[in-house]
Amino acid sequence: MLRIRLFEDRTAVLYPEQLIKCPVHLCIGQEAISAGVCAHLEKEDYIFSTHRSHGHCIAKGMDLKPIAAELYGRSTGCAKGRGGSMHLVDTENGIPGTTAIVGGCIPLAVGAALSARMQKSKRISVAFFGDGAADEGVFQESLNYASLKKLPVVFVCENNFYATNSPQKARQPEVNIVERANGYGIPGVLADGNDVLAVYETFREAAARARSGEGPMLLEYRTYRWKGHVGPNADIEIGCRPADEYEEWLKRCPVDAFMTYLSKAGVLTDAENEAIIARIEKDVDEAIAFGKSGPEPDASELLDYVY
Amino acid sequence: MPWTKIQADDSRRQVSFGTTGHAARELSYRDAIREALSQALNTDPKVFLIGEGIDDPGGVFGTTVGLKDIYGAERVMDSPIAENGMTGVAIGAAMTGMRPVFIHMRVDFLPMCMDQIINHAAKWSYMTGGKVKVPLTIRAVVGRGWGSAAQHSQSLQALFAHIPGLRVLMPATPYDAKGLLLGSISGNSPAIIIEHRWLYDMKAGVPEEPYIIHPGIGQIRREGRDITIVATSYMVYEALLAAEELEKEGISVEVLDLRSVLPVDEDLIVESVTKTGRVIAADNGWKHCGVSSEIAAIVAEKAYSCLKAPVKRFCLPFVPTPACHSLEKAYYPTSSDLADLVRGML
Repeated sequence: MLRIRLFEDRTAVLYPEQLIKCPVHLCIGQEAISAGVCAHLEKEDYIFSTHRSHGHCIAKGMDLKPIAAELYGRSTGCAKGRGGSMHLVDTENGIPGTTAIVGGCIPLAVGAALSARMQKSKRISVAFFGDGAADEGVFQESLNYASLKKLPVVFVCENNFYATNSPQKARQPEVNIVERANGYGIPGVLADGNDVLAVYETFREAAARARSGEGPMLLEYRTYRWKGHVGPNADIEIGCRPADEYEEWLKRCPVDAFMTYLSKAGVLTDAENEAIIARIEKDVDEAIAFGKSGPEPDASELLDYVY
Repeated sequence: MPWTKIQADDSRRQVSFGTTGHAARELSYRDAIREALSQALNTDPKVFLIGEGIDDPGGVFGTTVGLKDIYGAERVMDSPIAENGMTGVAIGAAMTGMRPVFIHMRVDFLPMCMDQIINHAAKWSYMTGGKVKVPLTIRAVVGRGWGSAAQHSQSLQALFAHIPGLRVLMPATPYDAKGLLLGSISGNSPAIIIEHRWLYDMKAGVPEEPYIIHPGIGQIRREGRDITIVATSYMVYEALLAAEELEKEGISVEVLDLRSVLPVDEDLIVESVTKTGRVIAADNGWKHCGVSSEIAAIVAEKAYSCLKAPVKRFCLPFVPTPACHSLEKAYYPTSSDLADLVRGML
């Protein structure tokens, strides 16, 4: 969680340099969901994600260096500069790719679950998506099929209440997204997405069900993104979201809340916390240096990798 | 990898339509497809078939009949009518080690899947720097006649041929139906195979052993001196009928079966037009921004100096398909219309 926060914070700080020449969709404020979910996943389990995928990939075990290099458009990036921030990939860590089409990753995750079953592996598959994806037809189609076949997939909806700048209330009737699970005969759980322990506890059952062949679950985690839909600014000043709503959510920082919890429980001292932060900051330093220093793909390579 | 043992036929040997040609054993286009599917399922445990109604008694016009009984419902799967979502499911399976074949009874259902085909399947290799491939084969059938009307008869190859990352194949013979299908299933790229319902009963020589044909290789179906007709799918048949009719008048027509719309065998087109100096592009689809436009453009760019007459195109009238018999008859151009077009160019 801290690793995600520090990488995303650094990206936001560096973005105005305009050396990262691609759109970035930061997940600051939403880190607890990535961390709580991926803590239950094995290296070979699959995750499928969206344009806002940095947090998911980092929590799944992806090294920061190929992410940074991809942001900087280098040959050393995870997709050799062809994907950018919206298309991270790490097959070694169960990340077959991420998509920037809202909802697009959901059936892909179902397909990977079908594949895992057909190949008789123990792998499970997780689809991360937002409340905007619940507007899409493929969300319904995927729940239907995964339930029908009892596939080892978990649907994780990160409800941050906005699809770009369109509020959920302007797009959906006031029915909790999690209730769609009822229509497909699968369990659904609604939980606080800013409480990493709540995420961890609720995902435990979903992972166990998927692994034991009992079929999918739909999890709705309520959260909030601190930045605008895209880029390093909060976009409050330009009227994208109400300032008071934003201020309220800032008080519910998932990282601070967990640090405080650990501190009170006597698990983590201030000195230990500072040492962890320093270690991660060093990783981020190295990742950014790696990202900035790699070679850019040559124009002669333009047509590579189409097939 | 069991596929590496299978021979590829990448030749451009001339094989006439409706003759045994490649093998003594004759098989219908329908049975050639079924045999290819069966051999793929038998060769590679990663292959599975999915599609709405593929396990019903009709078996997609006979092409999947009995396969569920042989290979089981786990590998020959009925599907919800959720074209886009199920395309995504097939892509997700393909990304993670499987070789799915997604089957649609009509090409007209493919527009439902455009997001997953164009934004996902076609892009994935490129977006991941070549790290993740999508070996997905999609079969879809062009309907024609008996009032099929506007949503059960479209020939939409041009929509897909515009997209880098896809293969678009249009087999016209039983031999090609089998070889191109096995080639797609064994390949590593998403491929769309557009079949024509009116070809299903046609018989020709098909070897029993499996073989693959790679995309992008055209075939001369009939040699000629005066004009080239570059044709796709059922239009190959119309072109051969026109050629027979014109032969009686001393006009020698060369018929080039494109077989693969993406990639296109540009070299074969240029070679043929260089010889004949005249060309008609005959396609089952519409003219506007169609496959025929692409053929005309290739000739204009690469064989202009050889032309003795302007390029002509032979396609469907630019309206949706009508249902009633009288208009349906007016809608589909015939080999006589094609022969007239040739006469006007000489």
